[in-house]
Amino acid sequence: MAAITQTATPPRKATRPPSDDGRRVRRYTADQVPLGSLLLRLLAGLVVLVVFLLPYLIMFFGSVKTKAEIRSVDPTYFPREWHWDNYVTMWSTPETPLLQNLISTLVISLCATLLVLAVALPAAYYTARFRFRGRLVFLFLVIVTQMVQPAVLTSGLFREFIAVGILDTWLAMILVNAAFNLSFAVWIMHSFFAGIPKEVDEAAQLDGAGTFAVLTKINLPLVWPGIVTAVVFTFVASWNEFAASLVLLTTAGNQPLSVALTKFVGQYETSWHYVFGVSIVAIVPVVILFMAIEKRLVGGLVAGSVK
Amino acid sequence: MKDLLKALPWIGPAVALIATVVLFPVGLMFYNSTRDISQSGVDKGGVGLDNFATVLGFEAFWPILGRTVVWVVVVVACTLLGSLALAALLNKAFPGRRLVRMAVIVPWASSVVMTTLVVHYGLEPYFGIINSFLVDVGLIDTPEGYGWTRHAGTAFAWAMVVAVFVSLPFTTYTILAGLQTVPGETVEAARIDGANGVRTYFSVVLPQLRGAISVAVLINIINVFNSLPILRVMTGSIPGYDADTVMTMIFKYMQNQRQIDLASALSVIAFLVVVVIVAVYVRMVRPLEEV
Repeated sequence: MAAITQTATPPRKATRPPSDDGRRVRRYTADQVPLGSLLLRLLAGLVVLVVFLLPYLIMFFGSVKTKAEIRSVDPTYFPREWHWDNYVTMWSTPETPLLQNLISTLVISLCATLLVLAVALPAAYYTARFRFRGRLVFLFLVIVTQMVQPAVLTSGLFREFIAVGILDTWLAMILVNAAFNLSFAVWIMHSFFAGIPKEVDEAAQLDGAGTFAVLTKINLPLVWPGIVTAVVFTFVASWNEFAASLVLLTTAGNQPLSVALTKFVGQYETSWHYVFGVSIVAIVPVVILFMAIEKRLVGGLVAGSVK
Repeated sequence: MKDLLKALPWIGPAVALIATVVLFPVGLMFYNSTRDISQSGVDKGGVGLDNFATVLGFEAFWPILGRTVVWVVVVVACTLLGSLALAALLNKAFPGRRLVRMAVIVPWASSVVMTTLVVHYGLEPYFGIINSFLVDVGLIDTPEGYGWTRHAGTAFAWAMVVAVFVSLPFTTYTILAGLQTVPGETVEAARIDGANGVRTYFSVVLPQLRGAISVAVLINIINVFNSLPILRVMTGSIPGYDADTVMTMIFKYMQNQRQIDLASALSVIAFLVVVVIVAVYVRMVRPLEEV
């Protein structure tokens, strides 16, 4: 099983020498890099680390400052006192019903993810396993949706959802998020299914298993890394979606956090400490999720074209 | 035909979702762009190409289009150069590399709105922390800093900085994936032939990254062209149209002016621009050759 999933993941693992515990071999000890260039790399790495984390550190430090401190004309880099109670009081700010926004974000992202899974998994399995007329047309259709983004379609979606009567509902954004993340999910799972030798399926079929049983009992356990990747990616993308939500959700409570937080900008006295507290709450979980699928992120996005 | 029927239960739901939420709105958008739709949403009949004439005749249209080109070209070019350097570093072995790689992911997973918000706050005069830093290191003379977000030009420039920042992770990871398929022997051979590191990179490694780079650039062009949140947060409160791109203008038509017919016409233009860019690019670079 380990061997199979290895070939199914994008090819980057192939060039790396294997190690017993499955972790990356520390090549810098083996390669005997000159100390000077090693230090140079370390220094560069440190700079990159700081630059990429800096906005989020500013966010974090800001989230525990008082309103007086964060709006002080003599700004502080680090909080003078750590006001953790901001994380409690921020939910009842007058600008927008943040707690409802959090619930909306959660419901929309979870439902969109489930929908993507229910729709993409069978399609990915079938197109990877069976040749049929229209297969390439379908795969082309999926690639095309990756080229189109909801932002450019919002005027059409807006009118469509008015006509259907689901404008300003969670369902509208569940459908949009599911549809526009479908291509990533199909491609990443497709590549995993394609990595399982056909003989495995055929052996099961000889034993009398139907197509559905072959999928659930034989294939699913082998492709779960692909499924996890698709699930996490869809969830995070839906979690952060902005453009379509901005237009399609008009009631404040229905809007996700990404839309709700923009309402603080341009206020007479923006409560930046609350904006940052909510941002930290919204960012930390999805960053952790994304780190879990780090190795497989590229695979679905570039649809196997990085060779 | 029979095997397509057999496939239908498996791919049918996906086709239905794409048809209703992607293809149908495209059609509806084209249709609406030829209608006269009132602010309350009533369709008052067809007007041919009048909406396009209105959109193209708007005095700020051509500056907006030009700014959109600058936005896409500058952001994608800077992203590519930055990502090539980042990927080269992250492909080298050094202690803590894994930690640095994880840090590079953070802007990718984070909400673009929230990342832009913190920069916007930092750029505020008087209490913004970026302004405060620039004053502390002596780059700005006025003690309250500079009103970066108050002027269209500087706000737009900072929006480009943020756009590059949030585009770097995906691009870096794509190039990194490409780098890891470059056979070590080819690099070794170049070294033995006496090429130094820089020369090896440009004559041996870079050509083999062509596939990865072309895909990354294509996806970046589409993403950056379609990007709304950064400019919306950074320049949205500036009156006038001096910091708008095609995408932010679509949303101004839709939200501020409630002219869904004009928004549809501009969306159609934007949609066709993307289609043309993708078609030309795919013909020239053939990034999808191996799919």
